Amino acid sequence: MARTPPSADVVPDQAQAVALARYRAPVEVLPDPHQHLAHHFDTPKQQFDAAKVGMWIFLATEILMFGGLFVAYSVWRANHPEVFLYAHTKLFRYLGATNTVILICSSFTMACAVRAAQLNQRRLTVFLLALTLCGGVGFLCVKAVEYTREYRDGDFVGVLNIYQQAVYGKNAAKIHIGEEPQTHAGASTQGQGASATTVALVPSSATRASSPAPSPWPLGLEVSKVTPAPPGPAGLRAGLRIGDEDLPTPKPFSLTWNELPPFAKAHTHQFFQLYFLMTGLHAIHVIVGMSLILWVLIRAARGSFNQYYYTPVDLVGLYWHLVDLIWIFLFPLLYLIH
Amino acid sequence: MSVTGAHPGIFDGLPAAPRPEPGGNYLTQTRGLRSWLLTLDHKRIALMYMLGVLSAYLLGGCFALALRAILFHHNTQVFAGNPARTWEFYNNMFTLHGAVMVFMFVIPAIPAVIGNFVLPMMLGAKDVAFPKLNLASFYCWVGGGLFFCFILLKGVLNVAFPALIHLWGPGGLDTGWTFYTPYSTTTNSAVISATLGAFILGFSSILTGVNFIASIHMLRPRGMGWFRMPLLLWALYATAVIQVLATPVLGITLLLLIAERTLHVGIFDPALGGDPILYQHFFWFYSHPAVYIMILPAMGIISEVISVFSRKHIFGYNFIAASSLAIAFIGFLVWGHHMFVSGQSPLADAVFSLLTFAVAVPSAIKTFNWTMTLYKGDIHLKTPLLYILMAIFLFTIGGLTGLFLGSLSVDVQVHDTYFVVAHFHYVMMGTTLFAFVGGLYYWWPKMFGRMYSENFARWAAVVAFVGMNLTFFVQFIMGAQGMPRRYATYPAQFTIYHQISTIGAFTMGLGMFLVLLNLLHSLKFGKKAPPNPWGSNSLEWQTTSPPPTENFKTRPVPGDPYDYTGWRYVSEEEGYVRIQPPPAAPVPAAP
Ligand code: HEM
Ligand SMILES: [Cu+2]
Repeated sequence: MARTPPSADVVPDQAQAVALARYRAPVEVLPDPHQHLAHHFDTPKQQFDAAKVGMWIFLATEILMFGGLFVAYSVWRANHPEVFLYAHTKLFRYLGATNTVILICSSFTMACAVRAAQLNQRRLTVFLLALTLCGGVGFLCVKAVEYTREYRDGDFVGVLNIYQQAVYGKNAAKIHIGEEPQTHAGASTQGQGASATTVALVPSSATRASSPAPSPWPLGLEVSKVTPAPPGPAGLRAGLRIGDEDLPTPKPFSLTWNELPPFAKAHTHQFFQLYFLMTGLHAIHVIVGMSLILWVLIRAARGSFNQYYYTPVDLVGLYWHLVDLIWIFLFPLLYLIH
Repeated sequence: MSVTGAHPGIFDGLPAAPRPEPGGNYLTQTRGLRSWLLTLDHKRIALMYMLGVLSAYLLGGCFALALRAILFHHNTQVFAGNPARTWEFYNNMFTLHGAVMVFMFVIPAIPAVIGNFVLPMMLGAKDVAFPKLNLASFYCWVGGGLFFCFILLKGVLNVAFPALIHLWGPGGLDTGWTFYTPYSTTTNSAVISATLGAFILGFSSILTGVNFIASIHMLRPRGMGWFRMPLLLWALYATAVIQVLATPVLGITLLLLIAERTLHVGIFDPALGGDPILYQHFFWFYSHPAVYIMILPAMGIISEVISVFSRKHIFGYNFIAASSLAIAFIGFLVWGHHMFVSGQSPLADAVFSLLTFAVAVPSAIKTFNWTMTLYKGDIHLKTPLLYILMAIFLFTIGGLTGLFLGSLSVDVQVHDTYFVVAHFHYVMMGTTLFAFVGGLYYWWPKMFGRMYSENFARWAAVVAFVGMNLTFFVQFIMGAQGMPRRYATYPAQFTIYHQISTIGAFTMGLGMFLVLLNLLHSLKFGKKAPPNPWGSNSLEWQTTSPPPTENFKTRPVPGDPYDYTGWRYVSEEEGYVRIQPPPAAPVPAAP
């Protein structure tokens, strides 16, 4: 709570106020500092501080919510470092970097907008909020391009993920929940306790023909021998690395599909699942943030804010910074793995 | 993001609730359904919550009685000639019982009903910090509840018209309230509706938490430092911290579960390389702290009531306050004790076991301080105190058996048996429910301005207490002998225990019904309540019963909430009046 709004106590007395008003703008009436005071608060300052406390607590809940995903990420990265070294190469890191820059800039314009609102500069506030909004739009556009390209490459969420299909067969999930008969040879041995070797089909290159940049998907690997997934690591026990002796020491930068040990292949799709879940949830937050910015923008344009009352701009600003901050963590964790 | 007061915002489009008229009290100052549904008054929101939460309790209670009825005989058949359907019915009943009771009743009960009503008044304030969020919290509760009703409805329809199942899809819910994977990703009951419902209920819990933290930080009056707050406020503060920090983790867990079911992302599903144990970690990271969301406010009520009816300052104020925070903190570090047998490393087992023992220490501190408060007190055994004493007794049993469960070797034997069932019912039902009912009796005169009938209320309490112990004490015995939980049938050797338990459950049901009757009766026929019937010195009693919409005519001046020397019983008033004015302030609205 670095900034505090001028509180009721510092309202200049009558004579001064009149003098001040004449000095600033002869016809303008000074805004009433108590105009927005709710009945259960004593001073505007108390009300502002309460709102801010509430917002910070809300931001804490947001961080904890993403925290769950970050924990899942850490568990998988600790258990399967080689998967992450391989899979992150499939993401478009330049697009990710562009988005990082966009968001940082829009956070900056947001901070300026808050300042402008505090100084009662209506035009400037509106302009800066609009710029921030553009940042959000830009971010989403880039993200859309990214998702589209990944979709074409077959890196998509859930059963649409090519790596899941490669290892578990196209209908693995459906067979698993017993909705469809087993039609696929590759899926016949799925499930817990299966120990036979699975012949998994890798989709032919035709599905990726339209991909702009040919992805380094292992084309020579039309039919691969893949062992089925080992039973999932048992939570905290996984740190003991029982039965992981055949794991090759990961190379420092990145791996190729052929270098992955078989059971790592079985986990590769999870990197993309996490990627889509994390960035997807983040994108939803961006959309919410943009709607909020639009809302304060309209109110700012209508002149609802002044030097005594700018709480919504301030709070929306905090929210936008949080959305930005989460991306600052997501970008290196997903795109820049060493 | 309209979190502050009067400016226009997201509520713009709604018709405004009518303005209060001067005179009268919060129940009468405005009239009409709309004045209730759109109210921003914390007291009215508390009453709406009360109605909702008690209905949920009734519903969950009916499920429980159905379960106990099935268990009366070891081979009960609800659907003649089709045991599988009986078992399916049983699975649905225990799941819905658990989910409704936990998410819709015990978690919101004390904070949202009693907390909402008393917290601002204890602070001498006019309302909570964010009245609109408070109302939003209530509607989130309603929204989440609708999902559960929807599941129930579909389940009932499918039982009634099995031929029409393809019209509305499978209903019911048979995962247990814990939604453990991988079963919850494969069953074809309504897991998605349930998780969405729990997700939304989580929002309602978070909003209450945010409100309470901000209110306690920002609305404390001059002269009420942190260590002069009534202990209920400490308890609600600690609860709110847990609500705010733990619930989002449940939220993301449930979202991941939905993603698992709809998209098959393979995070939890072992058949896709996922880790079902990760789900358990996530779930208990919320749900263990959640048991403290249930118990801490109950402990706050106990601290208030026990001191007032002993006419004695609470013993060890600082320790009780600090132990609330200690419980909130350590409560985050013990979740693994629910997973001793799911394949954790022995090291993790040992650490979680140790921390589980540690969390019992602050609970014990409270219990000893309450006992010391009674010691040499001038004890008035009114109904609220009776309930509170019962709650302490039951908490002792529930808490100590928690330590049994926290010991590794014992838990391997009794995990997933009736022993665990008995343990958590002693704490959730024995402590939280009894303290909640005690609290209702205690604040009832303030809420409605009516006194209940004391003798009848005491008898109802005794019936409920006997029923509670009959139901659950035998469950310790059969659990220790190996009767697993969540089974619809059992070997004949357990029959006698199950029958005692069933009889106890219906006794408990009768007791609760008597309580309801007693409270409803008082609304119409009860004597008018004085402003301060119990002689408490905390601020909510320093206004009329029931209070006006703005709570106080003049702002009360806070003092030591447990100093009763300033109040004397006056028999014509049938309540307490001040014998000396509070320091440096006019007497507020002399009674
Ligand atoms: C003195 C403090 C407590 C200790 C040491 C303790 C310990 C334990 C342990 C070790 C278990 C796991 C048993 C098993 O599944 O094998 C357990 C289960 C449980 N406890 Fe407690 N507990 C305490 C207080 C509470 C309180 C205050 C509540 C609720 C208000 C509570 C509610 C539950 C519930 C609901 C379960 C079972 C959940 C399930 O599996 O469905 N406990 N407790
Ligand atoms: Cu626990």
